[in-house]
Amino acid sequence: MVANLGFGTLIITFLVSIYGAGAAFYGGRKNKPAWVDSARNAMLLTLPLLTITVLAILYLLITGHFEVQYVASVSSRTTPIYLRLTSLWGGQAGSLILWSWLMSAFASAVTLRKWDRDREFLPWVVMVCLVTLGFFLILSIFVENPFVRLWQSPTGNITTAMFQPGGTTLYTPPDGNGLEPLLRHPGMIFHPPMLYLGFVSFVIPYAFAMAALITGRTDDRWIRITRRWTLVAWLFLSLGLVLGMRWAYDVLGWGGYWGWDAVEVSALLPWLTGTAFLHSVMIQEKRGMLKKWNMVLIIMTYMAVILGTFFTRSGILSSVHAFAQSAIGPLFFVFLGLTFIVSFSLLFIRWNDLKSESEITSMFSREALFLFNNLLFILAFLVCFLGVFFPILSEALGILGQKIPALAGIFTGQKVTVGPSWYKPIIAPLFAGLLLLMGVAPLSAWQFSTAKTIGKAIWKPYIASMVVVVVLFITGTRSWPALLGYWLCALALFVTLYEFWRAAWARHNAQNQNLIEAFWQLVGKNRRRYGGYLIHISMVLMALGILGIELFQTQTQATVQQDGTINLGQYTVKFNSLAVFDTADGRNVARAVLSVYKDGRYVGELYPRRDYYYDTQRPLTIAGIRSTMQDDLYVVLVDWQPLSATGATFKIYHNPLVNWLWFGGFLFILGSIVAAWPVREPERVVFRKTVQTPIKA
Amino acid sequence: MVKKSLFAIALTLFFGFLVVGVVSAQQPTPSDDQVNAIAKQLYCPVCENIPLDVCPTTACAQWRELIRQKLTAGWTAQQIKDYFVQQYGARVVGTPPAKGINWLLRVLPFLIIVAGIVILYRALRSWSHPAQQVNLPSHAPAPPAEQPGSQDDYIKQMEDQVRKR
Repeated sequence: MVANLGFGTLIITFLVSIYGAGAAFYGGRKNKPAWVDSARNAMLLTLPLLTITVLAILYLLITGHFEVQYVASVSSRTTPIYLRLTSLWGGQAGSLILWSWLMSAFASAVTLRKWDRDREFLPWVVMVCLVTLGFFLILSIFVENPFVRLWQSPTGNITTAMFQPGGTTLYTPPDGNGLEPLLRHPGMIFHPPMLYLGFVSFVIPYAFAMAALITGRTDDRWIRITRRWTLVAWLFLSLGLVLGMRWAYDVLGWGGYWGWDAVEVSALLPWLTGTAFLHSVMIQEKRGMLKKWNMVLIIMTYMAVILGTFFTRSGILSSVHAFAQSAIGPLFFVFLGLTFIVSFSLLFIRWNDLKSESEITSMFSREALFLFNNLLFILAFLVCFLGVFFPILSEALGILGQKIPALAGIFTGQKVTVGPSWYKPIIAPLFAGLLLLMGVAPLSAWQFSTAKTIGKAIWKPYIASMVVVVVLFITGTRSWPALLGYWLCALALFVTLYEFWRAAWARHNAQNQNLIEAFWQLVGKNRRRYGGYLIHISMVLMALGILGIELFQTQTQATVQQDGTINLGQYTVKFNSLAVFDTADGRNVARAVLSVYKDGRYVGELYPRRDYYYDTQRPLTIAGIRSTMQDDLYVVLVDWQPLSATGATFKIYHNPLVNWLWFGGFLFILGSIVAAWPVREPERVVFRKTVQTPIKA
Repeated sequence: MVKKSLFAIALTLFFGFLVVGVVSAQQPTPSDDQVNAIAKQLYCPVCENIPLDVCPTTACAQWRELIRQKLTAGWTAQQIKDYFVQQYGARVVGTPPAKGINWLLRVLPFLIIVAGIVILYRALRSWSHPAQQVNLPSHAPAPPAEQPGSQDDYIKQMEDQVRKR
């Protein structure tokens, strides 16, 4: 009954989306406001409808309706209630519904804004959002239906279908398979919704960009409207990535946060283009330049969003053969192709309307430095895209080697892995270049900066950053990548702090305010700029953590008997005991108790453990972690035997500075909120003044 | 009899030295850290994208033992990696071997970077306006990134203060 209700509302939502997209197109094309309003109402209607669908899935999950295939595949009788709720995104079918629901929520929020001055955008924004939503609903209805049920034939065969096939009865398995253990971690509970929020909210600026191209209103209005949406999208996407890193750090048991796995890199792709877009739109706003480039960037970001979902949901990353077998892959492929053709066709039609209004006057002006920033982000994007796409290409081109023997040596069709050893040497210099730009660009001015003016502005932070390098060298740091990395971090940090100080000090003198008040009002008066600087500082802190773990991580592994010890650097770890026991929620837990000593002094206990889930028959490694701002001691229980025999095996990682990565993440949220905090739009102020003038006269 | 005894002693010493020689020629059992140093550079041949040093499956534990055996037998890290590639395919290493289409992975990144730099350079040249024509005050740096047309009076005062410093 509830499954039918959920599926029914899904079908209705799809029909409403199709109608709304059509009505928006007709209303926009023929300039019929009634049709546009109807399309807008259709957009708004999708949210309550999809909310019913989501509630139906949640009800089925909470009440354990295992006759529904999705419920049986992601939950079991022992799954706690909160995990049954999060099982909504524990599988492909549910996560696609979540995607659609979030998309609908964001699009509805946009639809509810005041459209007085931008009425011509409305039908096209609604159309783009509804077409995107309609595509995902097609996937949910025809390919990944979360309401499909299990049916048993008289011979005992189990089949899946939405409605009862002839001669079968509804089959309810005694228990479900349970949620994948890796998805039971808090990081994974919040990571997918955040990532999806980031994904879907980037659809909004794309929709406005398409509306600008269709209507021919190619000034920077669409950018000004979507500025905050873009920031919010970027915030959620970044949060999703950071939470994913934390999840990997906590549960994958390899002492790292980023493995350059194809799925991770797929999620990074829209972030790279989105970050480039966030910077380059400022050039259009301030100087009327890069109008075409901004269109290209937002189209690339939207396509990267679809591509990211496609790569992670089509099965293509595991194998091209999986792609061929999955119906979801070809549909994504068609949608991506259509998006590409339509978006770039619109861009080329408006090509001549998107001419720059000004010129670059100096290679050291802020706009020129932002262009370098864009170059580095796009190079990183292309390299990452190559890394993700190459294994698919290599495997797919194997068919050429099979058909043409002369090419068999070139196109082997072999499955390959592109991992950290390929990415790091290419990406690290690009990110180092971005850190350098973070250190220089804030001191440049629009249009007029030269090497001389930047040199005059930067020398104090530069000297301070060099002092840091000298101190590091004197205290024993000899790794040149580390010295270079820390110098770049120090330069970017000091320049940003210097910018805060300089402006606050000037305000303190000019307005007779104390420094704290001056600082507070300074940030309040220009939230976008100083929020951006806070984000820069957060990036520096994250870079510190990344440098620490990448360059100075040490590890050791050993098997010890009870009371045995393992040494790693300043740390000594003593194996006290190990207990193996069952829990009420269906786990078999092996938990070790370890004493940790630093430089011979007792600093605490750690409890690394291995949870074995009976329902999924899968283990989950939970590391014991001692965290300080200086370092992490990260201990994994690798294996164990009865204590009288060979004892237990532990793997210990020492991760210097890694917590700055997470701390930077918190500051990043703060900076994004400051930058995105609503302010009165300048145009509105101008408008009011012009109205008041005749009254005064 | 004496001759026989001398022969027996010589034979015993010969085999004794032989055994000692063989034993001393063998490497000591490699530690977990030595095994992991190589396993870290390899991917599990079965699981998707999981480094061999951390893969919890029994199969991977056996592969790590295989690395230990190869190290004991005196193989180098490169020989062991080559052996795994030969046995399980190129997917077990993070950077595919440089042959066939895999060369693209070595060449394309640099081509992309060079092409990006060239395109940006050309774009900047086509947009640029000779910097000499801009009448810049030589004694004072330009204000750091202020927006023309800002409505806040304090910014002008602030910039004046900064210039005075």
